[in-house]
This record gives sequence, C-alpha cells and structure tokens, in this order.
Amino acid sequence: MKIQSFEDLKAIASQYSRGLYAPDGIKVNIGMASCGIAAQAKATYDRALESFPGNNGVMICQTGCIGFCEEEPLVEIFEHGKNRLLYRKITADKVIEAIEGYRSGDFPKKWILGQMRDPRSVLDDDLANPLKGVTPLSGIPVLEDIPFYKHQVKIAMRNCGYIDPDRIEEYFARKGYMAFLAALKEMKPAEIIDVIKRSGLRGRGGGGFPTGIKWDTCAKHHGDRFIICNADEGDPGAYMDRSILEGDPHSVLEGMLIAARAIGSHQGYIYVRNEYPLAVKRLVTAIKQAKSYGLLGEDIAGTGFAFDIKISTGAGAFVCGESTALMSSLEGKVGRPRAKYVHTVAKGFRESPSNLNNVETYANVPPILLKGADWYDGMGTAHSKGTKVFSLVGKIKNTGLVEVPMGISLRDIVFTIGGGVLKKKKFKAVQTGGPSGGCIPEQFLDLPVDYQKLTEVGSIMGSGGMIVMDENTCMVDVARYFVEFLKEESCGQCNPCREGLEQMHDILSRICLGQGQLEDLSRLEELGIMMQRFSLCGLGTSAPNPVLTTILYFRNEYESHIRDHKCSAGVCKPLFHYEIQADVCTGCQVCFRKCPQEAISGQKKKPHTIDQDKCIKCGICYDECKFDAVTIR
Amino acid sequence: MSAVQPVEQTPTDQIDFMELDQIIGEEYGNDKENLIMILQAIQRRYNYLPKQALSYLSSKLDLPFSKIYGVATFYSTFSLEPRGRHIISICLGTACHVRGAERIREKIHETLCIADGQTTPDMRFTLESVRCIGCCSLGPVVKIDEDMHARIPTDKVVKILDSYE
Repeated sequence: MKIQSFEDLKAIASQYSRGLYAPDGIKVNIGMASCGIAAQAKATYDRALESFPGNNGVMICQTGCIGFCEEEPLVEIFEHGKNRLLYRKITADKVIEAIEGYRSGDFPKKWILGQMRDPRSVLDDDLANPLKGVTPLSGIPVLEDIPFYKHQVKIAMRNCGYIDPDRIEEYFARKGYMAFLAALKEMKPAEIIDVIKRSGLRGRGGGGFPTGIKWDTCAKHHGDRFIICNADEGDPGAYMDRSILEGDPHSVLEGMLIAARAIGSHQGYIYVRNEYPLAVKRLVTAIKQAKSYGLLGEDIAGTGFAFDIKISTGAGAFVCGESTALMSSLEGKVGRPRAKYVHTVAKGFRESPSNLNNVETYANVPPILLKGADWYDGMGTAHSKGTKVFSLVGKIKNTGLVEVPMGISLRDIVFTIGGGVLKKKKFKAVQTGGPSGGCIPEQFLDLPVDYQKLTEVGSIMGSGGMIVMDENTCMVDVARYFVEFLKEESCGQCNPCREGLEQMHDILSRICLGQGQLEDLSRLEELGIMMQRFSLCGLGTSAPNPVLTTILYFRNEYESHIRDHKCSAGVCKPLFHYEIQADVCTGCQVCFRKCPQEAISGQKKKPHTIDQDKCIKCGICYDECKFDAVTIR
Repeated sequence: MSAVQPVEQTPTDQIDFMELDQIIGEEYGNDKENLIMILQAIQRRYNYLPKQALSYLSSKLDLPFSKIYGVATFYSTFSLEPRGRHIISICLGTACHVRGAERIREKIHETLCIADGQTTPDMRFTLESVRCIGCCSLGPVVKIDEDMHARIPTDKVVKILDSYE
C-alpha cells in the first residue's frame, strides 16, 4: 500500500507496536550488526532458529547494534508481562539454555547484563511504559542503571537494538516517518530549516558546521540540488555510522527526505565506504521497502513531491570522506579534493548545489522535527547541542558505542561508562578525532566534551572515535602510525601535504629506530605549522595534529627515544627488551610454554630467563604473566 | 621479504565480454559516473582487474584508458594483479593497532612469507591491509574472505590460516 496520510502510518504502527513491546510468546532479539557477527552471533542466530523455527511460542529475530560491543553476542529475551532481559556473550552453545531458562524462570546471573526498565524511544511520549507493572527480578541490575548505560541518551541510535532493521514496519512502530510526513504536509521548507537552525544541530562527521545554516545556504542556490549522505566513515576506530546504517537505516533515509523537502531536491545519494557491505545490504532493503510504501519515488504521499536515493560505494580511499573528494568519487572519478573557494553548497556534485551531511547528522533530524528545536537545544553545552555518539575502543574494559549528551566529562566516559583501563593498567591518553585529532592526556580528563573544549586542548571532536591508550602505548609510535596512514592516503596533489607527510614519516621512523636527533622535534614542529597553513584540504591541514599534540603533552617520551634510546612503553623494538625479574617470578612456566621462539628457559618453580638473542619481542610473555614478573627495560 | 613470482594475467579468450556488456550496459546503464561500481563488479567476477577488461570498458564507456587506469590505481581495493583464492584483510586501524594488530601481521608474514599486497606463490592467500573494518571493539580483527575473525590471540593465527584451503 502507498502511505498517503498520518492515519495510514499510525494504522501500521499500531499493528506492529505489540510485536515490538508486548509480544505474545517469547521474543529473542539477537544483535546482528557487524560487531555481533564478528563475535559469531550468526552461529547463535542459526542455532536458535534451528531449535525454534517458525513462530510457535518463540520468535527468533535479528536486531542492530545494542551498543555494548565488548559483551557481544548480545541477546535480548522478553515476553508480554514478563521481564525484558539482556544476556551477554551468548555464543551458539549457550543460546538454547538461555531461552529454555527464561521460559522456566531460571535466570543465570552471570549471563545477564541487566533487566530493562523502559524500552520506549525518546519519541514515544504518547505511549505508556509497556514494562510498568512488571516486578523486577531480584539480584539482577536494572540495565539503564549499569555504568555503561547510565548516562546515555539515545537519539541518533534510538532504534538500534530495538527493531529489526530489515522491517520498515517496526520503524513505523517507533514513530518512523512521522517527522517526514509533518515536514511534507504541514510545514513550509523555510520553517523546517528554521527548526534545524534553532536546534543548534552541528555536523556530526567532524566538521561541526551548523546544519541549519548549511541547508539554508544550499536552498538559496539555483540549480538541480542534491542531498548527499557521507557514509564514508574513514576514521580508524570509529564505527558509529556503520551501526546506525546497519541498525536503523530508515533514520538516515528519513533525515535525507526531510532535507530534500527543506532544500528543494529530487535526488539523493548515499556514499558508503566499500568496507561496509552489510550496511549497503541493509540500505538496499530499506530503500526498496520505503519505495513500496510510496515514501520514496514519485508523488510521495500524494503531494507531488518526488525524491529518489541511489547508493554509491567507495573503493578504499580515506580522502573520499572529504566533501569535494567524495563528490568527485560520486562522479566516477579519482577522489582528489579541490580548494574550497566556492563551497559545495553552491557548486558540488555535477557542479550543482549539493548538501552533504554525515549519517549521524541525518539520524538526528526526525526527532528534532517531532520534539522541537527547544528540546534539542536544551541538551548539551552553549556551543554544542544535543547528543553525540562515540565509539569507545582501545585499552578500555567496556568497549562499545555510547550516545551521551554533549558536555559530559572525558573522565565519565572513560572511567564510568568505559569502566576504566583494561587489566588495571595506567591510563595515558585518549585519542579523539581520528587522524585529524589529538591525544588528550590525564590532566584534561575533567574536560567537558564539546566542539570548543576539545579544540582548546589541541584535538577535535571529529566523527566520534575515542581510543583509550595506556602505559604500554608509545606516543611516538602513535604519531608515526597516524603519519604513515595519512601518507598513504594523501591524494598527492599539493606539496605541503605530500612532501610534509613524507618528511614527517622519515623523521618519526628514525626516532622509533633509535636514530633520532634532538633537532628533530623542532623540525617536526616547523613541518607541522607549514602543513597547517598551506595544505589544500582538511587532510593536510589537520595531519600534523597527532604529532603536535604528542610532542606538546608527551615530549618526555620523544626525548627518551632520542637521547636515551629507550621506549618505556615497550613498543619500539630496538629501544627496549624484556627481562624476567627473578625475585617476582614464581616459575609457573606459562611464558615458557607460550613463547613461540622457545626463548625462555627455566625449571619449574624456579625463576626463568629470556634469551635475548632468540627473543623477537612479540610480547606474549609480558601479556601472559599473571605476576607482572616480565618487565620492560 | 621472499621473492614472489609474477602471476599470469587472464588470457583474452577467458574474458567473458558478453557478461561485461551486461554489467556495463544493463546493470550500470553505460554511465561514466558508475565507473567505480563497474570496476568493483569486474573485480568480484575475476578476483582482480584484467587489463583486457579495462580496455574493453574504455571503449564501451568512451573514456580514455588513462582515466580508467587512474581510478584503478587510486583506490586501494582494486588490484591489477591476479589475487589468491583467499583474501586476508588485516585491520590496521587505530583501535586494532593499539590492541596488537602489528603482532598478528608479523605472524602472518612469518607463516606465509608475504607482505602487504602480495600473494603466495601457490595462489592460496593474498594479504591486504585495511584501515578499519569497523569492528573496533573487537580488535584485533582479521577478515578472511567473508569471515570475520575477532579478538585473535597471536598463537591462534596459524590454526585459522590452516582452515582455508
């Protein structure tokens, strides 16, 4: 059927709402985004489906990213009138027992992360809490109160983990496309732009440009306008966009439709990086389903408005995340940026006015329209409104995706939500903003996270990647790593970037090999300033950031590498070796057995030693020793 | 690094030009803007981009061969050389790097004697490094064909490789 009105939408929504919140029979939601699948959730799903085919009493369903990736495979089990439980690390061998246990009232505490208090989304104001009246189980924490979820407010990720991304009807059931219909039938384009402006929404891809102003400017330029979604997400360590696309693709489609209506466009493109095949698959299904309901294509909802979306894939080029390079790639060309004397909102794709926004930015648009600009503006800080999704990764206990209001402190993110550093090691830095960002040390942990504050300490918000580093991360190696990455990804057009990165890489590699000179630090600083001032595009101008911030905050590590030929983090192989402390070693022989080079010798219960000639410094003994007897010298 | 034998290109009589017509014309409308996706379709079919296919594409799309060559060499997922039966994509993104991806790469190098971009002489494996597959919470991550292997301890690498013919 083609949706023509709010009533049509509401009719389908109410049909599917029951299945979402109060299913008859047991519903098993298995997290099947890329993280889940990487953790073998497909095997869990297949096993469950094998035992419970069809819909007789137990429904096996897939859902998107539930957020707590460290605990994947995540499985949610619930039934009308009973507790809604989130189970952790449910591999194929455990899933049947978990389901049978739920059925018979057996709830193994070790397997359960928590019980949900309220499954409604931020948009479900008119619905009563379906879990009201359900007696909580004793001994099982409330999911919304555990540190990982406590501070989170899900707006962009409002449906991830709650719906099956391959069923548009479930998106309808959580107020999906209501905002778009309102934009289409009840609002003028200028009004829509005004709401987005007043909400304070800023680009979530890293630039942080005010979205409302971008839309307004684009709308004022004449020509065939294009709505483009940047799903290139090249920052290593960031996967927020992937999760939104895999878990709730319609939130992006709806955001693009609203933008199209506001700006005046009939054609949209989603540029997805090639490394995200599942995201492409889910988008293809979503577009097909939206078309079948008449929400994409010609004469949408009988208003005469037409909009179509085409998917284009990248082919492995970080620089194609830059707006002009992306548009060039969309045209089937090489992804080389151009200088932005003329902005892409004036002349972009096919030399026409183009509005480019990030996935997360579009995902925020429908809630802003439904709940109003003041609601969004009420969250966050003076200059950064709303929420931001971060990927919390690296040397942290609770890895995963978190969506928090702007203004929360780094300390809260790393130590409360993140649970602190892995294996009780010492925190060293948190890297934000990907290769364009910087490393923030311990002294700034109480910084509120927003666009301005992060820039003040030399980093940037970026797309949201937050990589935690500990005492075993060498900051010189981190700088070298980023420069190497950017050197390979540089398009090569302009001298400052192409030559600057080459020289920086040479210098940093020498330092990591123990061939550094003290003048190297001022050379790096000089190169950095040159690149910041004179590079053609953002890749070049922000490339020095990781180097300059590490020199600023971790100068002692650089000096130690250069002057003392030491890498105290135990990363740069020519600059350290492992030694077993005789007075700590218990002779348990774990290292002896695990050493791939048979470089460790010793008798049971007697101190062991490492043969430095055989040792390849793979680090296995250091990681495996339970007594911290292996030290870095 | 050991010497890797250069591999023979697909002989012209093994290129299915009718199929190429179908990809270029029917699926992608002879549209120059679809060049990247057409190249991806050709690579899926032949496991690399044969020169003859690219020449044919140049005439079909009316694009200079140099432009197509430029695109094929700019984007890192394209290979102009035949690749192995199994593609190992090792993630060297920041989160995986911090969680020890380098050790995994070294182990693979040690076991198969190939470096980034190289193929084993028996055409069994090609090693490609990727900067972020997007499974950052589960690092280090190695993708072999369509299988994602996450949280890999260094001593399990050989066993995982052995399971691929």
